[in-house]
Amino acid sequence: MMMLYARRRFRNMTMLVLSVGATLAGLGWLVLILWTLVVEGMSGLSLKVFTEMTPPPGSDGGLLNPIVGSLIMTSLAVAVGTPIGIFAGTYMAEYGRYSPLTQVVRFINDILLSAPSIIVGLFIYEVMVAPMGHFSAYAGAVALAVIVIPVVVRTTEDMLLLVPKELREAATALGMPRLYVIRRVSYRAAKAGILTGILLAIARISGETAPILFTALNNQFFSADLNAPMASLPAVIFQFALSPYKDWQKLAWTGALIITLAVLALSIIARMLAASRKTS
Amino acid sequence: MTFAITRMMAPVPVVGNPLPIGGGAEKITIRKLNFYYGDHCALKDINVSLYAKKVMAFIGPSGCGKSTFLRVLNRIYDLYPNQRAEGEVLLDGKNILAADQDLNLLRARVGMVFQKPTPFPMTIYENIAFGVRLYERLSKSELDGQVEQALRRAAIWEEVKDKLNANGLSLSGGQQQRLCIARTIAVKPEVILLDEPCSALDPIATAKIEELIDELKNDYTIVIVTHNMQQAARVSDFTAFMYLGEMIEFNTTTFIFTNPENRRTQDYITGRFG
Ligand SMILES: Nc1ncnc2c1ncn2[C@@H]1O[C@H](COP(=O)(O)OP(=O)(O)OP(=O)(O)O)[C@@H](O)[C@H]1O
Ligand SMILES: [Mg+2]
Repeated sequence: MMMLYARRRFRNMTMLVLSVGATLAGLGWLVLILWTLVVEGMSGLSLKVFTEMTPPPGSDGGLLNPIVGSLIMTSLAVAVGTPIGIFAGTYMAEYGRYSPLTQVVRFINDILLSAPSIIVGLFIYEVMVAPMGHFSAYAGAVALAVIVIPVVVRTTEDMLLLVPKELREAATALGMPRLYVIRRVSYRAAKAGILTGILLAIARISGETAPILFTALNNQFFSADLNAPMASLPAVIFQFALSPYKDWQKLAWTGALIITLAVLALSIIARMLAASRKTS
Repeated sequence: MTFAITRMMAPVPVVGNPLPIGGGAEKITIRKLNFYYGDHCALKDINVSLYAKKVMAFIGPSGCGKSTFLRVLNRIYDLYPNQRAEGEVLLDGKNILAADQDLNLLRARVGMVFQKPTPFPMTIYENIAFGVRLYERLSKSELDGQVEQALRRAAIWEEVKDKLNANGLSLSGGQQQRLCIARTIAVKPEVILLDEPCSALDPIATAKIEELIDELKNDYTIVIVTHNMQQAARVSDFTAFMYLGEMIEFNTTTFIFTNPENRRTQDYITGRFG
């Protein structure tokens, strides 16, 4: 009898040690990464980062053009991808809930959701960059939009499916046309969830490098021309970090820190929205 | 097994218009109505007339098809592709099951309060105003008046008049149900379907709703489902007893409660149902 309990205690201890060990190992790396990032990034952080262009090697400069480029391409991608994603998600959860087309779209969307982003970059390279003959911000934005769409489709559908059917029935029973039921009742009930999905999509694309390198490439100078190559934080980080120049490497760290902080802020807002959804 | 027992116990299913009594003008006439959830037949050959400006109560054990019956009258079941109705439901002589029936128009004429309270995720005021705006263009003050009137009639005005901008979901279950009743009467339908409207209400609110039903029947045709025999006896002019998807008996409430023709009706009413 005692033996049995001793053995169980021992097994329990082993399991505990293993799981705590694994957690610490995982967290340790994360802390190490963040720590290095903050230390290295902070040392280069100054007002100049936000006011000056990327410098040639050996001279002073900042990250203004890639920050603006990232903002432009991300905004464009969200402006294009969000409506498409919301409309598609709405079709799947509302109009076409029982249609076979929805099953097909959901299947394809799930594949797209987990597709490596480099494939999206290659695809846009083939269909946009190659025919146009040059890299461009347009192509970059489209590539990012292609990444945004499946995320938004998925969250929109999921959130609308969570709206109780009784609510839809009650609105319908008042004689409300379908469009009203969706816009005024379903969307309202699912609003916080859908917004959270959009924020997470933005967080996802703000660090994407592969699709950008194939489409918008990079630009050492400031450019607001959407039809020309455009700088972006991930691309600049990629280029500067791999360079042999000390000051470029420093700027790369700073850029990485800026992206991380932005994503962190988005995640916090998304969490707050999700929490407000639960309490309301 | 159940089927055999049913057959044995149901001597004469009601066919055609069963009424020996003059019920007045027929608002809704139902002929040979069958309803299916997929392959499951939930309503079997229902024939009944619902009279204008009267209260019809539907009683019967849980699962006998009362809610299903109400859901046919405004075709809310149409939201689901595997549910279908066969037969005829004539509203003022016109078959609402016909394919060309405008569903939004039908639902504007036949309002419904559901078993579970379902306030919209918006303010108390908007919950009411929302439906009104669908049908009428009103000035702000007219709209305020309509909202207040509807809330008063549903016996909830006193409780919410100071927090019209609070979320409808912040109300208690019973208050939510009265809000839903207010919402339905605010759009002025011709027929009002009430699916156990008082199941979440305290006796005082229940009494107020019953008063409201009494008052509403001056203008509207009311169909109410209830598990409360006393309530059926108090508020209704006619009572229907349903069992396993069949309409066992339909007659004046006095008749059903004093002298039911069917033994099962009698057993159910007296609480000897097993
Ligand atoms: N959505 C549905 N899909 C399949 N079957 C259903 C559905 N809704 C109801 N049913 C079935 O139809 C029958 C009638 O159900 P209904 O809800 O009309 O009963 P009810 O008389 O309203 O019961 P209660 O008094 O419990 O509300 C039941 O056998 C039930 O299982
Ligand atoms: Mg029911």
